[in-house]
Amino acid sequence: MNPAGPEPLLQVTGLDVFYGDFQALFGVSVSVSAGRVTALVGANGAGKTTLLRTIAGAQGAASGSVRYAGADLTAAPPHQRISRGIVLVPEGRRLFPSLTVEENIQVGAAAAASADWPLDRIYGVFPMIAKRRGQRASTLSGGEQQAVAIARALAAAPSLLLLDEISLGLAPRIVAELYQTLAELRSAGATLVIVEQDLRRAMEASDDLVCLLEGRVALAAPVSAVTRDEVVAAYFGQRSPGAAT
Amino acid sequence: MTWVNAVIQGLLLGGQYALIACGLSLTFGVMRIVNLAHGDLAVCGAYLGLVLSSALGVPVWVTLPLLLPAAFGAGVILQTLLFGRALRHGMLAPVLVTFGLSVMIENLLQVAATSDPRGLNGGALALASFRLGSHITVSWLFMTAFLTACAVLSGLQLLLSRTSWGRKVRATADDLDTARLVGIRVRPLFATVAGIAVATAALAGVFIGTIGTFDPLEGANTLIFAFEAVVIGGLGSLWGTLAGGMALGVTQVVVGQVNEAYAVLAAHLLFLAVLAVRPGGLFAGQHAAREAREAPGVLG
Amino acid sequence: MTEGAANALEVTGVAKSYGSLTVLSSVSLVIGPGEAVGIVGPNGAGKTTLLDLLTGTGRCDAGQVRLNGQDVTRLPPPLRARLGLGRTFQVPRPLGDLTVFENALVGAMRAAGLRGRNAYEAAYEALSLAGMAGRANVRAGSLRLLDRKRLELARALATRPQVLLLDEIAGGLSDPETEELIGTIRAVNTSGTTIVWVEHVLRVLTAVATRLVCLADGRVIADGDPAEVLASDEVRAAFLGGGVL
Repeated sequence: MNPAGPEPLLQVTGLDVFYGDFQALFGVSVSVSAGRVTALVGANGAGKTTLLRTIAGAQGAASGSVRYAGADLTAAPPHQRISRGIVLVPEGRRLFPSLTVEENIQVGAAAAASADWPLDRIYGVFPMIAKRRGQRASTLSGGEQQAVAIARALAAAPSLLLLDEISLGLAPRIVAELYQTLAELRSAGATLVIVEQDLRRAMEASDDLVCLLEGRVALAAPVSAVTRDEVVAAYFGQRSPGAAT
Repeated sequence: MTWVNAVIQGLLLGGQYALIACGLSLTFGVMRIVNLAHGDLAVCGAYLGLVLSSALGVPVWVTLPLLLPAAFGAGVILQTLLFGRALRHGMLAPVLVTFGLSVMIENLLQVAATSDPRGLNGGALALASFRLGSHITVSWLFMTAFLTACAVLSGLQLLLSRTSWGRKVRATADDLDTARLVGIRVRPLFATVAGIAVATAALAGVFIGTIGTFDPLEGANTLIFAFEAVVIGGLGSLWGTLAGGMALGVTQVVVGQVNEAYAVLAAHLLFLAVLAVRPGGLFAGQHAAREAREAPGVLG
Repeated sequence: MTEGAANALEVTGVAKSYGSLTVLSSVSLVIGPGEAVGIVGPNGAGKTTLLDLLTGTGRCDAGQVRLNGQDVTRLPPPLRARLGLGRTFQVPRPLGDLTVFENALVGAMRAAGLRGRNAYEAAYEALSLAGMAGRANVRAGSLRLLDRKRLELARALATRPQVLLLDEIAGGLSDPETEELIGTIRAVNTSGTTIVWVEHVLRVLTAVATRLVCLADGRVIADGDPAEVLASDEVRAAFLGGGVL
C-alpha cells in the first residue's frame, strides 16, 4: 500500500488465530500507515472482529506478529498496547451498564497514553452526550451509546483507533453523524481502522481497503486503486482481474 | 418495654452481621467468587487478635493497626496464589478451593489453639453501657460494632462511587472482558479487593470475639449469617447488606424474647422467605442483571 | 421427479417476530427431493431464525411448513426428526466420553427411535457416509475439528433424514479440510438426502449447491443459480449496502 514509504505505523504479519481448534485467521498480514484510514471489509465469519481484537491484545495469536511504531507488541497485554496508543472500540459497544456516561469515558483513560484528551475536548467532539454525562449508560439510545463507546476510546488518547462495526443497528442519520465525527478525526491526522458492512460508506470514509475472506486477506489496496466491482469480487471470493489474492 | 429493647439489640446485632457480610458481598460482586472460607478468615482475625493482645498485654483494639494490614496482606496473597488461579478453571473451582481452605483453616486452628472457647480482651469498652430512657440498656460494645459497620460500609461505598479506583472496580464487576479491553489491570485490582474483604472479615472477627466467645469451628456459623445477610439485602448493594443484617438481627432477638430455642431458626426462616418471594434481594442493586456475557461476534 | 411426488420441504409465508423486532416478514420456499440448496444472507437477515422455524425450535407467527407433503407447522422438533428432518449445529458438541460409534448410535436411537440391529445399521451407515467409519472406536472428545464436524453430520444422518439442514458447518477449516468436507456433503446429497445449507463461506456453497436462496431483511430476495444470485445487484447491495461508488 505504501511500498516506498516509511515503515508503516502498524505492521501485522502472518497472524494465525484459533478459537480452540477452529481457525479464524490464516496467515493474515496487514499494514496501516500513519495518518491514513483503512476500511476492513468482508462477509460475516471472515475474521474482521478477530483481527481487530488480536491487534488490540484481547485475543492471542498462535503465530505471527504485531508491530506498532517499531515495537513488537505481539505478546503485550491490552493495557500495554493502550498506553502505546492502540485502542479498540469493540463490536456491540460494550459500555459498562452500571456506570454513568462520564464514568464510562473516565474509565477509558485507565491506561491512557497521554492526557491529550481531557473530558472537555471529548465533549467538544460529542456535544450530544455532554448533556447526558450523569446518566447511566444503559439508559441512552443506540446512537448515543455508540458515541460514548468512541468517547471512551478517545479518553485513552489513541494514536491508532480501531472501530468495529459502529453502524450496527443504528439509523442512517445517526450513522452519518458518527461518520462525520470520524471525518473530523481523519482531517486532524488520526490513524483509523474501520470495520464496516456498508461498502459505499467504507470506501468513502477511507484511504485504504482490506477485504477479508474466510480468514484470509483477499484484497489490500488504496481505495483510489480499486473499483467497487473488484472489491465485491474479492468479498464473494470470485476471481477478478487486478485483485490481489 | 422489652420489645423495644429487643428491636434495638437486634438492629445493633445486624451491624455485626453486615460487617462480616460486606467482604463476602464485595468478593462475589467483583470477582464472582463465593468464598466459603470467609467466616473462617474472620475467626482467624479473632485468633490473631488474641495472640497480639496477649503478647502485647493490651486490649485487642490497640492491636488493630497491626492486625488489619496483616489481614489485608493475607487477602492479597490468597487471591494471587489461590483464588485467582482457581478462577481460570471455571466458576465451580473457587467454590471447591474455598471449601478446602475452610476445612484446612478450621483444622489448623484446632491443632494450634485447641477447641476451647476463647474470648478477646475488650478492655473497658467491653463492659461499658449506657441507658436510653428508663428501660433500655445498650452496651457500648454493641454500639461500637454497629457504628464501625456503618463506617466501613460508608467508606467502601465512597471508595467505589467517588474514586477512580472504585470506578475501575465497578466496571470490572459489570464486564470483566471489556474491563480488560479498556486497559484495566484486573489482577492487581482483584488482589486489592480480596485484601479489603479479608481485612473487613478480620475486623468483624475481632468484634465477634469480644462480644461473645469463639472457637475454631465458629466460622461456619458466621458464614451462614453473612451469606444470608447478603442475599436478603440483594447482591450488589452494600447498604442492602446492612438492611439484610438488621433484618436477621431483629428477627433473631425478637423471637428469642419469646422462645430462645427458636431464635436462630427464625432468622433462617426469614432468609428462606425472602428467597421465595424476592430472590433478587430486598434492594437488588445495579448488578441485578447478572447474565453471563458471551463474547459477541467472535466469528466476525 | 414424477408427478405426485411431494416436495421435500415447502415453506409458505412463514413469519417470526421477537417482540417488536420482525426477523422474518414472509418467507416462502419450495425444495424438491434430492436438491442441494444453499441459504445465504447478511447478518440479521433471519437465516438462523428460519432454520429454527424449520426444525421446530421456534414457532412460526404465521405461515406453514410442510415436510414431504405433511404439515409439520405445529410439531415439536423430536416429532419432525421422526418424520425425516435432520439438523447439524454450528458448534459441534459431540458427547466427548463416548466413542464415535456411540455418538452416531445416540442419533439413531434417540432421534429416529430405532432399536437394536436397525439402530446399529443406521449408525454405521451414517458413519460411512460421513467418512468416519474408520474411526468408529475413537473417543469423540479427542477428534480434531473437521472430524467433529463429520461426526456431527453422521449423528444427523443416523436419524435417517430425508431432508438435512446444515447450519454453518464449513467455518474454521483449512483449505484441504474444506475440500474434504465438500466431498463428504456431495456424497450425502448424491445418496438421496435433500440438503438445505445455511452458510457464510460462499465458495463451498457454489461447489455443492445447485440453487442459492438469498435472505435479506426477513424475506427472500433471490432464488436461483448460485453464480447468478451472487452476481445480482440486489444481492450485492444487501450484503454490502446500497449505492454505486
